[in-house]
Amino acid sequence: MDKNIKQTRKERIDRGIFVRSADIFALSSWQEITYLVLPRVIPFALLLVLPLVLEFSGNSYWAKVMVVLSILGMMAMSWDLLRMAGMFSLGQALFLGLGSYVAAALNHYFHWPIYLTIPAGAIGGALLGTTFLMGTLKLRGIYFAMVTLAFPMLVIRVIQATNFLGGTEGVSAAAFPNYWVAAYVSIAGLIICFFGLRRMMNSDWGLVARAIGQDDIAVMASGINVFWRKVQVLFIASGVAAFAGTLMTHLLMYAGLSSFSLEYSILPVASVVIGGSGNFAGALLGSTLLTFATEALRDLGPLRIALYSVLMVVFALTIREGIFPYIERRYRQFERKVDAI
Amino acid sequence: MAGLLIFGLAKSMELALVAIGFSFVFSISGIANFAYGAFYLLGAFLTYIFLNWLGLPYWISAIGSILILFVIGALMYRFAVQRIRGAMLSEVIVTMGLGIFITEMLRATGFIGHNRYLPAFIPGYVEIAGIGIENQRLMIILIGMLLFLSLWAVTRYTRIGLAFRAMSQDELTALSIGLNNNYLALISMGIGAALAVIAALCIIPQGFLTVDGAYDVLIYALAVGVLGGLGSTTGIIIGAFIIGYAQTITATLFSSQWVMVVTFLAVVLVLFIKPSGIFGKQKELEEKV
Repeated sequence: MDKNIKQTRKERIDRGIFVRSADIFALSSWQEITYLVLPRVIPFALLLVLPLVLEFSGNSYWAKVMVVLSILGMMAMSWDLLRMAGMFSLGQALFLGLGSYVAAALNHYFHWPIYLTIPAGAIGGALLGTTFLMGTLKLRGIYFAMVTLAFPMLVIRVIQATNFLGGTEGVSAAAFPNYWVAAYVSIAGLIICFFGLRRMMNSDWGLVARAIGQDDIAVMASGINVFWRKVQVLFIASGVAAFAGTLMTHLLMYAGLSSFSLEYSILPVASVVIGGSGNFAGALLGSTLLTFATEALRDLGPLRIALYSVLMVVFALTIREGIFPYIERRYRQFERKVDAI
Repeated sequence: MAGLLIFGLAKSMELALVAIGFSFVFSISGIANFAYGAFYLLGAFLTYIFLNWLGLPYWISAIGSILILFVIGALMYRFAVQRIRGAMLSEVIVTMGLGIFITEMLRATGFIGHNRYLPAFIPGYVEIAGIGIENQRLMIILIGMLLFLSLWAVTRYTRIGLAFRAMSQDELTALSIGLNNNYLALISMGIGAALAVIAALCIIPQGFLTVDGAYDVLIYALAVGVLGGLGSTTGIIIGAFIIGYAQTITATLFSSQWVMVVTFLAVVLVLFIKPSGIFGKQKELEEKV
């Protein structure tokens, strides 16, 4: 090493407040309680309050965006859940579309009321999605990605060809009774999914699911039925996405082929890649950013999807961890340069 | 009946041509090139530009776009995929993202809404057993056979072909006997992109040049690959023949609307019975869980 060049390296040190608030003594000071509580409360407080603020201030367009935000957030979380269990899906739109169509069909042909079609659509979509993809679960990795990419596109072609379920026209469905039901059902769904999935992934069951994503052969060697566990994860993830699909049906008042479109497969992937994966908060952050980007860039039309894909590639190549882990690290630690020895 | 046989053969060759470029890259470097459809479209678009805007002769524009796409495929490997090689999720995201970017940019540049088409190699048709068959279909059968024969010969009798096979069998061992895995993967990506253009030049003259064709090609490549077993050339040919004849028979006996349904059912059925595809043998031990 050349002695004349002064070499430095970055050192990361935990912030004092992060260390002090790590255990029960955090309760002894307001600062530390605020440090702990604020980042956990603010996003959800905003989610709950924003529909009220937007609707009463007359921004009913942006108020509707909140529903779209919850739908995309749930899609991104369900994608993240599948990814944790080692299933890289490129066709999240399949689940969205299935949930959407089941809800619309039950509403349109059988006149089920909206409070029945939403749960029925979520469960029905999850059952159908799991059945379709069960075969691929026996294979690892890239196969799942390929098959899931092809599936929604094939379903579109099948519906177009057979005129099944309204063909290219789609199926009309009832609207939400009013804005408040739409907003708060979807936001409640989002929050329940967020905390529920986090809790689930931290339980023993979730530990096994994560382990399958990292080394399925080791899990198999521990005497756990990997296939059955994967089916369970797939069922839950497709249920979450199908629930989002039912909400979309009733928001747009119809279920159409567009719910199977590539855009809905790419958005969750882009959200998680941009936001950061592993704890659902990144998925939520990424989907929020992308939702607002989508609304701001309405004029661009089809170019938007090109933009998402470029963002996704840039993040995958350079900022691999995503935004949320970066923010989280800066919140907990600071960096300084020290002499390299 | 003779018509059914010949049309089915042409359709199967078409599917095999579409699938081989994807499968070639996948079997050698293990990279699923989701930008395949975009390469297909880009190659066709470049040929169109060379032909109609620059007024070049057909063979120069065809060979030119094949070479350009070879370079684009290689560059994509060098500057995007190589950086994240081995991280499967990132590979998928990068190739998929770039593919969608290329496709949607072509859509945004006003590519859609015009009836743009590429000329056939030899226009006109010949009559065989009382049925008129376009020359293009016969050319597809011929080119497909030549291509598969030459791929077979290259991978068995040339140095780089043997190196490809070594790498597809075991990359680490290939590395340990001094093969440059990055170079080989780069060349295979280039060849994959070039094969996509060849498929485009064969297939697009039968219809129009549409942006959605890029996604269709990707679906067909995946369907054939999943059915026959990715990474196995025999599997690709068998898969293409199954889907090709199934489609032709459906189109003749029922109606052309049901073609996609049959493809879909075939894929779902094979996935349930043998998830690695009909000939996907080498994946069974390692990949099956």
